[in-house]
Amino acid sequence: MPVLCSSCAEKRAVLKRPKTGHSLCKDCFFWAFEEEVHQTIVAAKLFRHGETVGIAASGGKDSTVLAHVMKLLNERYDYGLELMLLSVDEGITGYRDDSLETVKRNQQQYELPLKIVSYEELYGWTMDAIVKQVGLKNNCTFCGVFRRQALDRGAIMLKVDKICTGHNADDVAETVLMNVLRGDIARLRRCTAISTSSEGDGVVPRCKPLKYAYEKEIVLYAYFKKLDYFSTECIYSPNAYRGYARTFLKDLESVRPSSIIDVIHSGENLSVRDGVKMPVQGTCNRCGYISSQALCKSCVLLEGLNRGLPKLGIGKHHRLHGKILSQQPLTEKEQRKLKPVDF
Amino acid sequence: MCQVDEDYHDQLEHVDAPSVSKKCGKCKEATAAVVIRAGDTYCRDCFKEYFVHKFRAMLGKNRIIFPGEKVLLAVSGGPSSCSMLSQVQEGLSQNAHKKLRFLPGIIYIDEGGAVGQSVEERRRTVAELQALFRATGFPFHIVPLEQVLDLPGSVVTVAPSPSEQPASAYKAAVDHFIQSDGGSRLTPQNQQETSHPDVQESHTQSLQQLIASAKTLTAREDLLSTLRHHVLVYTARTEGYSKVMLGDNCTRLAVKLLTSISLGRGAQLAQDTGFSDSRYGDIILVRPMRDYSAKEIAYYNRMFTVPSVFIPGLDTMTTDKASIQRLTESFVTKLQAGFPSTVSTIYRTSEKLQTVCRSSSTADLRCLLCMCALDTAVEDASAFKATQISEQLSQTKSPETQRQIQGTLQQSPSRLLPPDSAEEERIVGEQQAAEAAVHLPKMTSLKSLMCYSCQLTIKDMTSVEHLPQYILSEAQRRQRRSQMREEISEFLLDEGDGGD
Repeated sequence: MPVLCSSCAEKRAVLKRPKTGHSLCKDCFFWAFEEEVHQTIVAAKLFRHGETVGIAASGGKDSTVLAHVMKLLNERYDYGLELMLLSVDEGITGYRDDSLETVKRNQQQYELPLKIVSYEELYGWTMDAIVKQVGLKNNCTFCGVFRRQALDRGAIMLKVDKICTGHNADDVAETVLMNVLRGDIARLRRCTAISTSSEGDGVVPRCKPLKYAYEKEIVLYAYFKKLDYFSTECIYSPNAYRGYARTFLKDLESVRPSSIIDVIHSGENLSVRDGVKMPVQGTCNRCGYISSQALCKSCVLLEGLNRGLPKLGIGKHHRLHGKILSQQPLTEKEQRKLKPVDF
Repeated sequence: MCQVDEDYHDQLEHVDAPSVSKKCGKCKEATAAVVIRAGDTYCRDCFKEYFVHKFRAMLGKNRIIFPGEKVLLAVSGGPSSCSMLSQVQEGLSQNAHKKLRFLPGIIYIDEGGAVGQSVEERRRTVAELQALFRATGFPFHIVPLEQVLDLPGSVVTVAPSPSEQPASAYKAAVDHFIQSDGGSRLTPQNQQETSHPDVQESHTQSLQQLIASAKTLTAREDLLSTLRHHVLVYTARTEGYSKVMLGDNCTRLAVKLLTSISLGRGAQLAQDTGFSDSRYGDIILVRPMRDYSAKEIAYYNRMFTVPSVFIPGLDTMTTDKASIQRLTESFVTKLQAGFPSTVSTIYRTSEKLQTVCRSSSTADLRCLLCMCALDTAVEDASAFKATQISEQLSQTKSPETQRQIQGTLQQSPSRLLPPDSAEEERIVGEQQAAEAAVHLPKMTSLKSLMCYSCQLTIKDMTSVEHLPQYILSEAQRRQRRSQMREEISEFLLDEGDGGD
């Protein structure tokens, strides 16, 4: 007995929505998905008419679907935005170079300008070289910090007003859980915001139009729309702490499908006690990027890499900022602390 | 590595091979008897001192329990609450240094009916606990959970709290108490005990129906803990207690924090896991054991033979994924094994959270079940709004298909029905919808009175008919009041207390 779509009650349902459990036909699902993203954009006032928006594209499913939906909604609802693709090459062989091919394909399909920035040209280090020095445990820190700055620099080169990333509901929920597990109150407060609010030179505001879209629905959308994307896990990620939060979230979803949105709801409604110390936003003394310390994290990490002390950026290092800035050599004791641990 | 503010020590830590004759880390004289954390060793006496000191420090630091107050100890029979009981006993004993100065009473809520225990088993457990309680000399109350069916509606209202005594008044109150020879007032009175006669079979069945009407184990556990709290508050109010002590330990609270986040209770985290919980107004729930990890309590109970009784709960011996609570518990325990600072990091996070609920808000703005401030104000860009939009979009007709339908109708005057099977489906669907429609108004109207996570619990219930009478009548009362308020809203001058 074929089940009818619960929205139009005409066509046969071909899928069941992970988010609400309703059975929908293809067209109704597309319409519902696109409409939700549209409502998110309008309700949160993410864009203004006439802005230039950079879509952070990695070639993975989130950014492919994001590019597709943004282009579609831009035309359907006349946002008046000028869209561009922005991609970051971390220099991971076997992973990033394949996904970049997808981005180039996307560029041709959607006819959007594309800019690729690479770690090699910005910092002089590829992720492969970094992992060789750091090992397999703390490398996600390097990649994440460097990528954030790379995106901003690329955005300035492209002269865009805003960046939008493909973070979906699962990502935001994982981040909330991870921040609770690590006791990071400052990030816990900020991580559920749909757009960053930092102003200033060298920083481009960024937003997450797919914030309330489930990862499974994004895959369903890409599957039925026959969008092509690259779907391998980063080879260096298995040991990341985020993996634990991700497994937990997947298990939660299997017990109760609405858990993902529930976690986001909790994160949005958290309130922090007065008097808890929070970091203050300033600028880096060396490169001028935004930072809450004297030196921004990527300067510290780079310094560590260049001096052969890869653990410089991991753990507390505020006391050493003064020394680094003034180019003083570090003492023997400090050097020993920061060298990589040999196994 | 897993903490943001973690510091790294100078060299790799020297891991000493555990030796038999290791000295206590504190007094450095006696032989070590327990290792709490890596590097923290205690001999027997130092451990006892450390344990007892923590309890006093927790109460003393927070200055919530004033001398001479009546405090109800909620004992479930498990190791944490029995440990709490023994600490209170120790603290009140005559020869204690800086003895505690309140009047304790014990309450045990017999949940055997909801869990599915037989009458025999329940009687046996109660007898064991009675013996335990009698030995302490404190007045105790043994209350079956079935009592929840007879509670008055006042349980789910916020009673005005007595004049708030600021912390500065604490010192004055203590001094006053000592001067007026309060010691004599605290001699154990004739031990009263109230235990209800054997519960009626029909009541147990109603309770079981209520629990069974929740389809998922998650909803059942949530419902059970809500009912338990209501019974606690009711007993405290009728017997004249102003504070209730709960025996949640650090590990359990870390699990509770993560569970609350997963259930959507972010706005109420500070009350669910903080030291004091003042959502009921006059009765304050206190958690003095929140600094102790489950490991410390287990060691203490064993070394100093603190008696406890194991009573199975709803999720005993279920699989990992049976409910969200169970899943979170196994997640935290596994993570703790690999990263020993997990529980304490989560605990510290909970200390930094704030209570959103202010005691002056009227009861009408509180959730019907959990009595916390409502977090369902639908803001423009929020997860709640997104959920509502998704629901709507999955059910209404999209404009395109509507136009298509119109088109086909115009083309063929006699509307062609789709093949039989689909027709049956539609009829059945309509019947089901009609049935649901009878339940729907009641459930929807109840939902509007609840916070986000209680709404999820209600959504998992097949029908709300089995909810205890006091909840349903309180819901009706609130609806009538809000109707009243709507009628006269243009004439009300301020948003404040309209009185209850």
